[in-house]
Amino acid sequence: MSGPGEPGRTGPDDSDAPGPARRPRIPAPRPPAEDGGHWPGPAPARPRGVPAQGGSPEAAEADTRHTESETDAPNPTTARPDEEPAAAGTPPEPGARGEAGGVSAESDLTGTPAPSHHVLKSMLGAWALAACSAEEIAVVDHHLNQCPTCAEEAVRLRRAVGLLHVEENLDLNPQLRSRVLAGCLGRRPARIPVPEWAAPYDAEAARLDALIGDMGEAEWRAPVALRWFDGERARLRDTTVAGVIGHLLTVDGIVATAVGLPDPLGPGAPTGPLARTEAYWRAEPAHVAQLTRHGERPHGVRPPRAASRPATPRPPESSRAGPRPGAIRGPWREQGHALLRTVSFAGRGISQLSVPYGEFALPLRDALLDRAFECWVHGVDIAEAVSYPYRPPAAAHLNLMIDLCARLLPRALAERRQAGLASPPRHLGRAGVPSRSLHLEVEGHGGGHWCIALDSPTATASPDEQVAHLVLDREEFCRLVAGHVPPLDVVAGQLGDPEAIRDVLYATASLSRL
Amino acid sequence: MQQRLARGEAAALGELYDRFASLVHHLAYRVLGEEEAADRVTRDVFAHVWENPGSFNPKQSSLRSWIAALTHRQAVHRLRQSTAVSVDEGADEASPADVELKIRHASAAARADYIVTAMPAPLRDALELAYRERRDYREAAAALGVTEDEARRRLRLGLQLLSTAHDAAPRASSPPGPGRAR
Repeated sequence: MSGPGEPGRTGPDDSDAPGPARRPRIPAPRPPAEDGGHWPGPAPARPRGVPAQGGSPEAAEADTRHTESETDAPNPTTARPDEEPAAAGTPPEPGARGEAGGVSAESDLTGTPAPSHHVLKSMLGAWALAACSAEEIAVVDHHLNQCPTCAEEAVRLRRAVGLLHVEENLDLNPQLRSRVLAGCLGRRPARIPVPEWAAPYDAEAARLDALIGDMGEAEWRAPVALRWFDGERARLRDTTVAGVIGHLLTVDGIVATAVGLPDPLGPGAPTGPLARTEAYWRAEPAHVAQLTRHGERPHGVRPPRAASRPATPRPPESSRAGPRPGAIRGPWREQGHALLRTVSFAGRGISQLSVPYGEFALPLRDALLDRAFECWVHGVDIAEAVSYPYRPPAAAHLNLMIDLCARLLPRALAERRQAGLASPPRHLGRAGVPSRSLHLEVEGHGGGHWCIALDSPTATASPDEQVAHLVLDREEFCRLVAGHVPPLDVVAGQLGDPEAIRDVLYATASLSRL
Repeated sequence: MQQRLARGEAAALGELYDRFASLVHHLAYRVLGEEEAADRVTRDVFAHVWENPGSFNPKQSSLRSWIAALTHRQAVHRLRQSTAVSVDEGADEASPADVELKIRHASAAARADYIVTAMPAPLRDALELAYRERRDYREAAAALGVTEDEARRRLRLGLQLLSTAHDAAPRASSPPGPGRAR
């Protein structure tokens, strides 16, 4: 906290022995003489937002409209100096000296620690929020009957609590972003546009950012099982939501370094996605160590859509004690923004810049499409981990991602063949020679038809040489590409050469990686 | 950011949206109470910023409070328009006083939301714990790693700041946006 320093001790309730379970040390006040010993006893905590008794809002409004609105980055040191909580040694306000001073003096004499006026005054915020014990509420209630200064403030603060109510706090519609941006660009075209091939990454990163934007700490630590297919079998790695964002940061970093941005892992970091991610997880064990295992998955930790929430679009985390797993969001987002900015300024030629992924390389435009796809797939992983819905990308973007997969398939087939995992080519593939082909049909928005060359990546896929037809729903196809479903368990319409279909299903799944 | 917008950098527009869309939409929704209307205000506000990046004066206010003020003005404008239309159509017997009262409530609510987002994080954190997570100040103190005195102080100060949302009496001629330049 950069504001005023810690107030000194203000009463017996100092926190040299903190602990939530401790009995409140503020006792019920001794009954004043005129009450004849009839102390009403602790009052039950009031439900939130119920206005305080004994002061109409209208009256309070008239009384309290004495300060100008102070809403521009309010500073606690200057906001309302006249109403700063009394610090140690500050005498109680003159108007309240009578009763409160009397009680204190009396208690001191009898040895019973009773709350002083400024302890009670400092309690008003907690009281207004019903964030103190029933006993304390009763003490404050009692004090309010006697102290007009506090009573006035109490009414004001209770009304402020009412402002925290929000009946509905809808998440932003993810499609609004593209509509708003398109509207802007329609009215004033960009002089430096974001390249078309970078738009899916822009959109998916923004969508994921919106998903994680208002996550609480427990959600950042929610376990996530990352699945992929390594060519022969399904693989699984446990991490957390924060660990997934760290993974995206480090692999996006491959593309970032290719365009000249700094490597988030620093100089000398490994090159491949898997090695980089593992290096990152080793360096940031907090994300993995905090993992709760064995069925402790905090399902439903996220409030449902349109649930009643206070007026904070984004729960703050900045000052919570301990490591903040959500801190990874900033670097990931900043790197993404820097990446988009760089490719926007770089001009056309950059789309073919080779991005080295360790064992293979992709031209920049495909690398960013791949990152967009990964961003979506891991967005789904995260959404599942926190029980939240997550929709597929915009159709046009999904189409580009599926197209990339289709273009990568001939090479994946050849690699499997070299590794002895796929059947040999029927025609010895020579460049330009028509190859046997498979008709890949992906149904749904963003889907389409692709002709996949089966015999060689350099061969021309010819529809005339079509030996099989494979039909998948777009989401099933993407689950397969992500390695989330075993190749032979996939729900697909199959017609023609079963061997070719099997090879293509396996090759598609092997496009996945951590 | 302002220079990048002025230069016509689409990537800057995207970043601007990512930073402020939830604030803009939320404030507009608080005033208008309708998602579609809030979407429209969001579109109008970003279009205005994109088309007139030069009208922001960094000496007068932060970008955030300037955008919040634009949003508020735009949302109140829309609310007046829609109430005027419904009065014309005879759908609503709202008197001008009712309309102003409605605008005043909506403005206070929107201002309160803005205050919560703009207040120092330690105060906001304390309010979050006490209000949303329903913890008492002792639990809040433990969660925040501060003394109980400090937790009580933050709760009180946070509510004091929030209560100023009721103070600014909106005037029909120029509704004061949250954080308007002074």
